[in-house]
Amino acid sequence: MAFEGLADRLQSTIKKITGKGKVSEQDVKEMTREVRLALLEADVNFKVVKDLIKRIKERAVGQEVMESLTPGQQVIKVVKEELTDLMGGEQSKIAVADRAPTVIMMVGLQGAGKTTTTGKLANLLRKKHNRSPLLVACDVYRPAAIQQLETLGTQLNMPVFSMGTEANPVDIATKAIEKAKEEHNDYVIIDTAGRLHIDNELMDELQNIKSSVKPDEIFLVVDSMTGQDAVNVAESFNEQLDISGVVLTKLDGDTRGGAALSIKAVTDKPIKFAGMGEKLDQLEAFHPERMASRILGMGDVLSLIEKAQTNVDEKQAKELEEKMRTASFTFDDFLEQMGQVKKMGPLEDILSMIPGAGKMKGLKNAQIDESQLTSVEAIIQSMTKKERQDPDIMNASRKKRIAKGSGTSVSQVNRLLKQFGEMKKMMKQMTNMQKGKKGKGMKFPFM
Amino acid sequence: MGFMDKLKNKFKQNDKEEVSTKYKEGMAKTRNSFSGKINDLIARYRKVDEDFFEELEEVLISADVGVTTVMDLIDELKMEVKRQNIKDTKEVKEVISEKLVEIYYGDDDEEMEELNIQENNLTVILVVGVNGVGKTTSIGKMAHKLKEEGKKVVLAAGDTFRAGAIEQLEVWGERAEVDVIKQSAGSDPAAVIFDGIKAAKSRDADVLLCDTAGRLQNKVNLMNELSKVKRVIEKEIPGAPHEVLLVLDATTGQNAMSQAKTFSEATDVSGIVLTKLDGTAKGGIVLAIRNELNIPVKFVGLGEQVTDLQAFNAHAFVYGLFADLLEESDE
Ligand SMILES: Nc1nc2c(ncn2[C@@H]2O[C@H](COP(=O)(O)OP(=O)(O)OP(=O)(O)O)[C@@H](O)[C@H]2O)c(=O)[nH]1
Ligand SMILES: [Mg+2]
Repeated sequence: MAFEGLADRLQSTIKKITGKGKVSEQDVKEMTREVRLALLEADVNFKVVKDLIKRIKERAVGQEVMESLTPGQQVIKVVKEELTDLMGGEQSKIAVADRAPTVIMMVGLQGAGKTTTTGKLANLLRKKHNRSPLLVACDVYRPAAIQQLETLGTQLNMPVFSMGTEANPVDIATKAIEKAKEEHNDYVIIDTAGRLHIDNELMDELQNIKSSVKPDEIFLVVDSMTGQDAVNVAESFNEQLDISGVVLTKLDGDTRGGAALSIKAVTDKPIKFAGMGEKLDQLEAFHPERMASRILGMGDVLSLIEKAQTNVDEKQAKELEEKMRTASFTFDDFLEQMGQVKKMGPLEDILSMIPGAGKMKGLKNAQIDESQLTSVEAIIQSMTKKERQDPDIMNASRKKRIAKGSGTSVSQVNRLLKQFGEMKKMMKQMTNMQKGKKGKGMKFPFM
Repeated sequence: MGFMDKLKNKFKQNDKEEVSTKYKEGMAKTRNSFSGKINDLIARYRKVDEDFFEELEEVLISADVGVTTVMDLIDELKMEVKRQNIKDTKEVKEVISEKLVEIYYGDDDEEMEELNIQENNLTVILVVGVNGVGKTTSIGKMAHKLKEEGKKVVLAAGDTFRAGAIEQLEVWGERAEVDVIKQSAGSDPAAVIFDGIKAAKSRDADVLLCDTAGRLQNKVNLMNELSKVKRVIEKEIPGAPHEVLLVLDATTGQNAMSQAKTFSEATDVSGIVLTKLDGTAKGGIVLAIRNELNIPVKFVGLGEQVTDLQAFNAHAFVYGLFADLLEESDE
């Protein structure tokens, strides 16, 4: 059961639509169904998925997708936008208290990665912000948790404050702040024991630590592999402690990480950092956009869409549609279209960015098409202005001249003329069929 | 005898009451929320229609059962409902539980849950899993359990990487009152395990439990390291390791499937320890793992105390999930 990314999932639906020229509501329904499956497989909570799908559907049934030239890509784009929106912008700032020390409290479930993240955060504060943190060992429950933090302190050559396993975590935290003031540590990072969000006694303990030391940040540390339960955990910790941010750990694994979306949706607190490995320098700023792509399981398809977007001028596309409707499409328009396609880069590059494109038959000819594209261009460029506007005037001697000028053959010129004629006829039919609705799905002879 | 009665009888025959009580307590959260939801659902919908199935789908998905499994299940349910001409949601209840159990068991015998303990020779158990799932804790609990059963147990501190890992296992060794074989931090884990086997043999131990460092399954080097550890065991004792237990955190979502697959490829996993079931997560993915990879759950972790480990009993597990439904159908 290898998980397919969204792009793969949409592939067959998109194929069906391409060439059809019109996206029906049924198509949109099919596409959103695939989106839903992809998100659920990525562990996004089902309630969050539900809300997302509702919004995506609204946008998809609306103009954005149904009237687009590339509905499949538009769906992906809409989904990605919604996801990125939900996830918010990049926010990896760490609070600075007016009066030192700044206090950071680390909280979360057992095994989420709090202790390691405590060490990483301290390392980052020193390296990037030139701070001198004090680490505080408040996990008095898990065997050897204090030794673990002390070992990290030694590795980092940083002070660790601990009072053994008999002391009360609230006392430890309070005393640690005093110690930090004495020793001029400008940051205090408190490592707390992992606990279940439904363990009232231990959740009370966190609230007591909070009210005693008044932390400037409370980071909820969450394992990125968490499933549907992430919403319960995040909601509960946030309700009881009003967390200030989230650190997502173990993102160097192969999980899709849908929990990120769930957590953001229920807490509306920024995910600030991502743990990217077991080493102490492997803590990075969290990139919401990258996370959106990861959840959707798609790599470069997004940059492809962006490319297409920046390069295909909407206004030009509108004019083109107008021309198609009135069947006044000429070789000049054709050339312009080709220019737009070419602006997106070599066809091979474009195709390599589409997940699963390698599997599609016919794409092996991509290179041939590329050279064909060049000769088509050359042929048109060898035409006179009049010929381009009105190909009907074409006769044997004109064709001969064009073939010679473009370094092609008369039969190639003939083929292009024939294809162009067919294309025009098709456009006319299409526009008639749609009774004034805009045309879509036009096919170039070289594709 | 109806399906539910069979299930109940089985449960009662198989288990001592205390176990079932303890189990039911530990599973209370899981059970309440899960069958609570199904009961909710049944109360709200009287007709078995599309809406009903949609909601059922959500209940199962929220238990991390996994969307593919859920959709298959729903499809089968729909067929069954049609075949039996069920219109009332009350009647569909039995079919739901029946199908869920079916997913777990398939056509297998039910002996798979037992630990493979050698009668007269040293039994070697290798414990593997991703970071923080509860390997070391589960080893401590298993050591306690086996010792209670009269076995002589030795632990090997094969996690030489994570800070404090050796000390952590030593504390569990003290708690369970068993020996811990260790080397210094940073040494070769295969060498530690080798030492462990030698020591266990010379001390005439019954069971050697080998801890390993947590590792994400996509780290090829670390997975190779694990295969090497396994080969060392194989070489020392033909037929060993007798169990390779993969520890899974019940909070984990669909990635657990990838964990089960990859760890199996590297070490031939023979069973699962499903931890942290005392939380609100349901660990529904083990259904799919058993179904697809045929790896049974052997133990469940229900807390942080040395006694918070229960032998997995699929009937109890299912009974736990559906206890409310069962009780209701008795009336
Ligand atoms: N609530 C609960 N906590 C558990 C359970 N099993 C383990 N834990 C806790 O989960 C945390 C991680 O457990 P460990 O035993 O250190 O996990 P590990 O897999 O050995 O971790 P690494 O060696 O760091 O990869 C600890 O705080 C344990 O107390 C369980 O069944 N329930
Ligand atoms: Mg461990």
